[in-house]
Amino acid sequence: MDGGMIATTETLVRFTGVQKSYDGEHLVVKSLDLDIRKGEFLTLLGPSGSGKTTTLMMLAGFEVPTQGEIFLADRPIKNMPPHKRDIGMVFQNYALFPHLTIEENVAFPLSVRGVSKAEIKERVAAALDMIKLGNLANRRPGQLSGGQQQRVALARALVFNPALVLMDEPLGALDKRLREHMQLEIKRLHETMGLTVVYVTHDQGEALTMSDRIAVFNDGIVQQIDRPDALYERPVNSFVANFIGESNVLSGVVENIEQGWVRVALDTGGTVTALAVNIGGPGSRTSLSVRPERVAIETGDSGDTTMNRLPATLTDLIYLGDHTLAVLHTPGNPEFMVKLPAGAYAGLVPGQDVYIAFRPDDCRALDPV
Amino acid sequence: MTAAFVAGADVPLKRRLKRSERARQLRALGLVMPLLAFLLFTFVIPLAGMIWKSVDDWEVPQVLPHTVAALEHWNGQGLPDEAAYAALAADMRAARDAGTLPVAAKRLNYVVNGFRTTLLSTARKLKEQPAPGTAKETLIGLTPAWGERESWTAIKSASGPVTSYYLLAAVDLTRNADGAIVSAPEDQAIYRDVFIRTFTIGIGVTVLCLVLGFPVAYLLANLPTGRSNLLMIFVLLPFWTSLLVRTCAWIVILQSEGIVNGSLQWLGVIDEPLRLIYNRFGVYMAMTHVLLPFMILPLYSVMRSISPAYMRAAASLGAPPTTAFWRIYLPQTIPGIGAGCLLVFILAIGYYITPALVGGAADQMISAFIAFYTTETVNWGLASALGAVLLLSTLVLATVYGKLALGRQTTGGLKN
Ligand SMILES: Nc1ncnc2c1ncn2[C@@H]1O[C@H](COP(=O)(O)OP(=O)(O)OP(=O)(O)O)[C@@H](O)[C@H]1O
Ligand SMILES: [Mg+2]
Repeated sequence: MDGGMIATTETLVRFTGVQKSYDGEHLVVKSLDLDIRKGEFLTLLGPSGSGKTTTLMMLAGFEVPTQGEIFLADRPIKNMPPHKRDIGMVFQNYALFPHLTIEENVAFPLSVRGVSKAEIKERVAAALDMIKLGNLANRRPGQLSGGQQQRVALARALVFNPALVLMDEPLGALDKRLREHMQLEIKRLHETMGLTVVYVTHDQGEALTMSDRIAVFNDGIVQQIDRPDALYERPVNSFVANFIGESNVLSGVVENIEQGWVRVALDTGGTVTALAVNIGGPGSRTSLSVRPERVAIETGDSGDTTMNRLPATLTDLIYLGDHTLAVLHTPGNPEFMVKLPAGAYAGLVPGQDVYIAFRPDDCRALDPV
Repeated sequence: MTAAFVAGADVPLKRRLKRSERARQLRALGLVMPLLAFLLFTFVIPLAGMIWKSVDDWEVPQVLPHTVAALEHWNGQGLPDEAAYAALAADMRAARDAGTLPVAAKRLNYVVNGFRTTLLSTARKLKEQPAPGTAKETLIGLTPAWGERESWTAIKSASGPVTSYYLLAAVDLTRNADGAIVSAPEDQAIYRDVFIRTFTIGIGVTVLCLVLGFPVAYLLANLPTGRSNLLMIFVLLPFWTSLLVRTCAWIVILQSEGIVNGSLQWLGVIDEPLRLIYNRFGVYMAMTHVLLPFMILPLYSVMRSISPAYMRAAASLGAPPTTAFWRIYLPQTIPGIGAGCLLVFILAIGYYITPALVGGAADQMISAFIAFYTTETVNWGLASALGAVLLLSTLVLATVYGKLALGRQTTGGLKN
């Protein structure tokens, strides 16, 4: 997961204070400060309409930032036309040229650069070999399957060795199997060619498996940018906590804060100790976030005072093979989820009164939702 | 494995495929049947009738049946025998009484100028059937032309049932007395020039429409829908007024006391009014205006379907805008260019009213001659032959276009 051995700390792209508005009324990208490191696989993840494509388009040169500046290898590129940026792009719908053969499609970026015929032939052959489509070189895009078109689009965007490759939901139109196959393929290319990739996706599973870092977008703002494990384990706000993976939310009021820990009085009674991550002072509202796999179910009082413990009623047990999902009614959350390892549900029956227990450092106090 | 599959396994796959396709083809046929029937009656049958008329040679066999029979074995050398003269005399008298002689006279007059007089005056003077054995000298005595071989070859050449005379005449050819194909005499050889003129105007108008229409179609295709719809109304506006009105409007604008000349003179650009109408310029101007929408519409519909993603992709791959246009955009518009050009050209070469109103005598196109022969001289044969030649050249063009279009047929690379 960690491509750190390729990613350097050298910055390739820098967004500084970038804003974008299409209609002059509201900002689609509100304030973007983002560093993309050379050789890294950065994913832009976020709900629909959060400004991911817009960000990519500004980087590729098809949209102009309303404010701020983008630097590519320390050069401002606001006024550089797209064809001079040397950025490879894989479009969501591939945009293979329908009137050209696969070979001609892949040769296009080389021929517009005036590369010699012999070299073009060689490099196109190598690129088609890389995507294992050498035998289809003379077909038209319309005669290829979705996955094959996708691979051609990839080859075309990589054949001219661009400094940076942008991919806008490149796997969105593929079925699950093909998507997983292509994820591995792209990842492999990234690692073997030392590419810098900016990748847009809706699919958090895809983002978590492929990326060196993920930038979570919401509402035109990068909510958090971090490594996948950090994003999952240590979300800095409620949006990220709820967007990435499953999360239980408990609402309450801050009682007191002490050395990074916070005591929170839950709205429906009981207090909980949590990590103080993103909260106001005492008296302010907060939402606690607890991952379902970090919670245990106790049938009796274990007496362990280092744990947060809340009474709950088991309402449902959902068997999911490798694990079992328990749904509980607790004060403050009528649908509290707990992931139990396989077999750990023995002895539990719906309707039973139990306790849920979780460690304070698995519970993060975030901004109120 | 299902039983049905096993049962069908001995039938070759090709046959099974054909069988399954057949039901679909039948349904498709059923759907187009009403249109086919309509086209049969309004298009195919009249067209076949026209082509038949261009080779049909019914006048002489019908009016002079015995003469035609008597000439059947004549070898065309020297004069025919006495029996042929006797048959001609009998036929002429019968036809004169029946009033059908002028029909044959008109047909024969196409072959030999003056034949009408020969036939009609002989028939008038022939009071009674000559005595057996004297028909030849009687007829030659009445009209010396009957003593010339050309008169008889003319009758023989027009004795049907089909003739190549009209078709040959439509391309300035004719047969001499020996039946060999030769160039028509200079004073009759006008159609090749007319065809060349027709195609020249057709090509000129097509090129003008393409040059003017392409940018407009591009603009329309790339504007937001609301504004492009508004502009589209302007493109279609010419369709809302009749062709005649629009053509007359050009006369008002372009004539020597018209708006253009008036403005130019008032501005002092010219002293004398420019001759803008009743010449080739007026024809090009008015026809381009009338036909422009037929170029813009197919171009627009093709351009609308070209995703802007292609141009973006080209730019991201390093192509400057002009390169992207020539290598990515333009090739994808070729189906539209082809369809637009074909449409405009085919419509243009059939134009009649506009050149008649705004062109000079030297700007009349082939349709004007077809109209002349159908309405003025009632020479259906020649009118049909000219029409057939026009049709043939249109068909050749359409076939070439079809071949080209099929050759570069593509399915879109965009999967949505
Ligand atoms: N060309 C445009 N003109 C006007 N508004 C636009 C344009 N493109 C995008 N928007 C608006 O900008 C916002 C962000 O769009 P963007 O395409 O960047 O979202 P996204 O994060 O890529 O979403 P998705 O995941 O659905 O692709 C949306 O509200 C969208 O309606
Ligand atoms: Mg998008």
